[in-house]
Amino acid sequence: MNSTTIVCNSLGHTYPNGVQAVSGVNVSITQGEVISVVGQNGSGKTTLVKHFNGLLKPTDGNVMVGELDTLEHSVGVLAQQVGYVFQNPNHQIFAASVWDELSFGLKNIGLEEEMIEKKVKQIAEEFSLTEYLDLNPYRLGFSLRKTVGMASIIAMEPNVIILDEPTTGQDFLGVKNIRDSIHNLKKEGKTVVVVSHDMPLVAEETDRVLVMCDTELIFDDSPSKLFANNEVLDKTNLKPPQISSFTTSVGISKSNNAILSVDDALKAV
Amino acid sequence: MPEVVIDIKDLKVQYADTDTPALNGINLSVEKGEFVGILGSHGAGKTTLCLSINGIVPNMITADMYGSIQVAGEVPPKIPVRELATKVGSVFDNPEFQMSQLSVFEEVALGLQNLGVDKEIILDNIGGALEMVGLKGFEERSPFEISGGQQQRLAMASALSMKPEILVLDEPTSNLDPIGKEEVFTVTRKINQEEGLTVVIAEHEVEVIAEFADKVVLLENGEITKMGTPNDVFPDLVNKQSDSGVRVPQVTEFASKAPNKFQGSYPVTLDQAVESYKK
Repeated sequence: MNSTTIVCNSLGHTYPNGVQAVSGVNVSITQGEVISVVGQNGSGKTTLVKHFNGLLKPTDGNVMVGELDTLEHSVGVLAQQVGYVFQNPNHQIFAASVWDELSFGLKNIGLEEEMIEKKVKQIAEEFSLTEYLDLNPYRLGFSLRKTVGMASIIAMEPNVIILDEPTTGQDFLGVKNIRDSIHNLKKEGKTVVVVSHDMPLVAEETDRVLVMCDTELIFDDSPSKLFANNEVLDKTNLKPPQISSFTTSVGISKSNNAILSVDDALKAV
Repeated sequence: MPEVVIDIKDLKVQYADTDTPALNGINLSVEKGEFVGILGSHGAGKTTLCLSINGIVPNMITADMYGSIQVAGEVPPKIPVRELATKVGSVFDNPEFQMSQLSVFEEVALGLQNLGVDKEIILDNIGGALEMVGLKGFEERSPFEISGGQQQRLAMASALSMKPEILVLDEPTSNLDPIGKEEVFTVTRKINQEEGLTVVIAEHEVEVIAEFADKVVLLENGEITKMGTPNDVFPDLVNKQSDSGVRVPQVTEFASKAPNKFQGSYPVTLDQAVESYKK
C-alpha cells in the first residue's frame, strides 16, 4: 500500500466537556501533497489533524484514511499509514535509549530483528543521531529530543506524516534540518501535514494551506494566495513573512499573489 | 555619564559535567534603560549568561565562575537569589513551570510575601504590576486556565512586583502562539520605554530584536563574537547564518543581495526597508 488519501466529510468534533473544537470540515488530501494547517491556538487545527490518524474520532461526519473509516479502526491500525509527530517530544518519547526509541515502532509493526537493526542505523545516520544511540533521550537537549521523536515516526515509513509545530523552540540549524526533512519526505512521495505558526516555513515549504478559525476551515488554497488575502489574514491575526509584507508594500508583487521567499523577491526585481 | 547597571569582565562559567566552558571570557557593559538582545544557537551560552545575571548560576545551579560580574550594584554570586530578585526580575521560556498558586493574585503576591514585605506595599505593588502587563481584572483567575501569552505576562508581573531595575527574559516567547508572542513583546517594550527598566532578552525572533533592541549581542560557543546596534550586527550575519545559528531579518538578506535597490544601505526592519527601497 503506497498511497493514502485522507478525506474528511462534514467533520465535526465536540469534546466530552461540551466544547466544540471543529465543525463542518470538508477536505481531501491526496498522496504526495505538502500541506500546512494554520490558525491561532484554540482555532481547532490540532483537533482537526488528530482525526487524520484516529487519535480523535469524529463526533459528526466521518474521516476516511485510504479505505478505512477511522470510526471503525484503532489508532494502531491507522498509524501504519499515518504517523503523528507530537509538538512536545516529551509526550511521545518513553524509551530508555535513543536506539530503543527508534526501534520501538519497527518492532510493533512486526519487522525482523535484522531489518530493525538496519533501519535504525539508517535513520540515525539520516538524522545525525548515530553518536547518541546509546544515550537516554532525556539527556539530550530539547531540539535533539524533538529530532528523535520525528525520526522514530519516519522510521516506520508511513505514507502520511503529521508534524505538529515542528520548528517551535528550534534555532536556525534546527529549523533548517526540519525543512530538509520535509524536502526529503516530499521527494519520496510522502504526504506531509505541518501544523505551524512559522509563516516562513508555511510560505516556503508547503504547497497548500488550510486556515482554521473558530472551529471552521475558512481558507484552502496556496500560500501565495493566503498572504495576499487581507481579509483572511486580519480575521485570523496571521502575519505574512516579512519578505511578503515588504514586496507587497513596495509593489514588487502582483496584487493577489504574494511573494513567498527572498529568492523569489530577487527574481522579481 | 550614563549609569552602568550590568558590568561583566572576563566572565568564565564552567559546569562540572562538561569539558568546555559555557561562557568563556565575556565582557559586557549595559547602561540603565538599554534594551539588549542576546542571540545565538542552542548551546551558545544564552541561558547561562541570563542565569549569571540573575544569580541562579552559581547560587542555585552550581558552576565554577571566574572573572567579575556586577549587576545593579550587587555581586550576584554573593547574595541570595531571592534578594537579588528585588533588583533583577527573571522570566523563563516555560511560564507554566513558574506557576504554583491558585489565583493570579496569589501568584504575584508569593515573591513579596516571601520577602516579608508589608501588606499594604504588597497590595500596591501587585496592582501596579498587573496593570503594567495588562492583567488587571484577572486577579481571581487560575494561572493554569489562562492563555500562554497571559501566563507569560503573569510571570512578568511576578517579577515586576518586586520593583526590579532590570528584567532578564530567557526565550520568553518560544512556546507561545503569534498572539501570545506579540502580547509579551508589547509589554516588554512598554516597561522598557515607559518605566525605564533595563531589558536583557535572549530570543530567536530576530525581526523583533531588530526593531526593539539598542544593542545586540551575538554569542557563539560561549564567546561574544559580535556586539553593536541591530544595523551594525545583522548585515554582517547574512552569509553566516549557518555558522552562527542565527537567522537575519528577511529584508536584510534581500537588501544585501540586491544592494543597488537600497543605495547601499542595509535595512533591518520592514519600515527601514520600505523607506530606503528605490522603485
